[in-house]
Amino acid sequence: MPNRPHRVALFVTCLVDQFAAGVARGTLQVLERVGLRAEVPGGQTCCGQPFLNDGFPDQATRLARRWVEAFEPFDAVVAPSGSCVATVREFYPQLFAGSPWEERARAVAGRTYELSEFLVRVLGVEDVGARFPHRVAFHPSCHLLRSLGAGDCGRTLLLRVRGLELVDLAHPEACCGFGGVFSVKFPEVSEAMLRDKLQDVGATGAEVLVSTDLGCLLHLAGGLSRHGSPLRCLHLAEVLGGS
Amino acid sequence: MSPHAVGFREASARAVLDPALREAIRRVTDNLAVRRVQVTAELPHFDVLRDRAKRIKEHTLANLDRYLEQLEAAVQARGGHVHWARDAEEAAACVVRICREAGARRVAKSKSMVTEEVELNRALREAGIEPVETDLGEFVVQISGDRPSHLIAPIIHKRREDVAELFRRHLGTPADAPVPVLTAAARAHLRQAFLQAEVGITGANFLVAETGTVVVVENEGNARMVTSLPRVHVAVAGIEKVVPRLADLAVFLPLLVRSATGQRLSAYVSLLTGPRRPGERDGPDGFHLVLVDNGRSRMLADPELREALQCIRCSACLNVCPVYERAGGHAYGSVYSGPIGAVLTPALTGGRGLVDLPFASSLCGACRDVCPLRIDIPRMLVVLRARAGRTAAARWERRVARVAAWLLCRPRLYRWASLAARALEPVVRNVPVGPLRRWTRARELPRLSPTPFHRTVPR
Repeated sequence: MPNRPHRVALFVTCLVDQFAAGVARGTLQVLERVGLRAEVPGGQTCCGQPFLNDGFPDQATRLARRWVEAFEPFDAVVAPSGSCVATVREFYPQLFAGSPWEERARAVAGRTYELSEFLVRVLGVEDVGARFPHRVAFHPSCHLLRSLGAGDCGRTLLLRVRGLELVDLAHPEACCGFGGVFSVKFPEVSEAMLRDKLQDVGATGAEVLVSTDLGCLLHLAGGLSRHGSPLRCLHLAEVLGGS
Repeated sequence: MSPHAVGFREASARAVLDPALREAIRRVTDNLAVRRVQVTAELPHFDVLRDRAKRIKEHTLANLDRYLEQLEAAVQARGGHVHWARDAEEAAACVVRICREAGARRVAKSKSMVTEEVELNRALREAGIEPVETDLGEFVVQISGDRPSHLIAPIIHKRREDVAELFRRHLGTPADAPVPVLTAAARAHLRQAFLQAEVGITGANFLVAETGTVVVVENEGNARMVTSLPRVHVAVAGIEKVVPRLADLAVFLPLLVRSATGQRLSAYVSLLTGPRRPGERDGPDGFHLVLVDNGRSRMLADPELREALQCIRCSACLNVCPVYERAGGHAYGSVYSGPIGAVLTPALTGGRGLVDLPFASSLCGACRDVCPLRIDIPRMLVVLRARAGRTAAARWERRVARVAAWLLCRPRLYRWASLAARALEPVVRNVPVGPLRRWTRARELPRLSPTPFHRTVPR
């Protein structure tokens, strides 16, 4: 396997920590399946993304410094979230532009990966040996798709899961309407986007909707349960980490 | 740009309740977006053109003073006049003065966003000069007293029946007239405008510094009429429209046309260089170029936002934006709508719309992907959000952010707060406050995991 890192850190992300502990466990299990025992650095909380997106870069910078300190000892950092990784890779260098932190941030950002991206692009693994006998629709989150350019990695992994039937969305690239502060400031527009996404999902006849970002998943799941839909939402890590 | 009547929040909330509006917008934007994908894919070197265009724009903007002076000299050498307008008022007043000097009572206009930006039509009418919009969409906007809601499809928000009704009242066509009858009626009406106008006004897609050439891209032929029939041609353009060489058009024209309408080339591309010269049969006797700043040099001096000056107004970002599609162009409260408008409006005006426009995006990044100049719109929206975060309007959010960040910088306290949050969750869930109530109407609030993950990790 190419570039196999020795010390791998799990970047839990704050949403996963608070709302979906199972996603973090799933991520550890998937990594174990491919022979990596990831460490969970203590002291990690939030990468600063919500602060950055809400218009508070000073607060984001404070958290970003802590993040860099927590993760720079590792050969690779893996997170079950495209948007948190995008924050580190795209925005940290901008936040720290011109400061001595910029180099440090760039260095660790260069070895920070979203889970599916890490498995497929870094480790070259497509089959993690998971089994999941369900009809599944996959929504690649916007950040995974466009900021990281790795929207296909999740699909690649799902196609190799035993028993899993992957059904394609008509518009996989369409945003689900979450966007953090966007959905709070403009809930009506966000809701209109959510409705279309759920319609697309519903039309596939899927039993499970799988995605890669907890923000999107909480939004989608919240919409589904409001409409009394029996569809389940799962994070990719939960599917890949399951038995 | 006229001030916001209502903010984006209210306007967009109203727009999403109008399924006809949504359908009208989607029909056009989907069509444009699909054609764009087709005609850009067939050019194997499209990405090379994008990179080259980016470099040319960066270079030109970095040397804008030099290229503008070169442009001015080239226009003057061809017998044209160049006018510099610091702001909207100066620009409009300058055009009014030129019209007065030409003894004009009637002017014919082709489609131009910058004349919308400086509200030229209002200034002309106040001066007793009648402007006639000759682009079909802009003509409809004008007779309905409306505003354009899309960069290149100004009446995207109108249905065919709306236009039929307008034409019935203004041009006397039958209420059930089919589209060819409507366009024929407009054509006959506008023909008179071309013939009667003493001055023709256009915008410019590009200004070529080395030759003093104004480039106008269009599909209806009206800009060509406007620049050849009236005695005087006035081109109004933002100072960022300049490109150094005529050869640069080989890069920019395919990028613009393919990204905008999904055509390989527009029906008309006019390269206009000065007034009619001796021996030439067509063209105006007088040519004026009005160069408009109106906030552009402020943007140029702003390293975080100057990238938006590279925009060639193709509208590709509008056509893929999920927010534009549902909110409609008018919600942006500016002549520039969609993702690029959310950047341009506050950037050009030094802050108008700052409290809501930069947030009118889920930051999905579709705009950046399709932009022929690869303009990083999400980055600039985040920059503008940071500026909004420093305003008085954001003082409560700022306080919340400070407390939250303070807590998140203290892992032990964070762990303790995680437990407290679980204790409080049942209470909070049942009294959704403020903005949460609007959120929870369509989505159930997420539930905290019974135990936060960090508690399950051995220390």
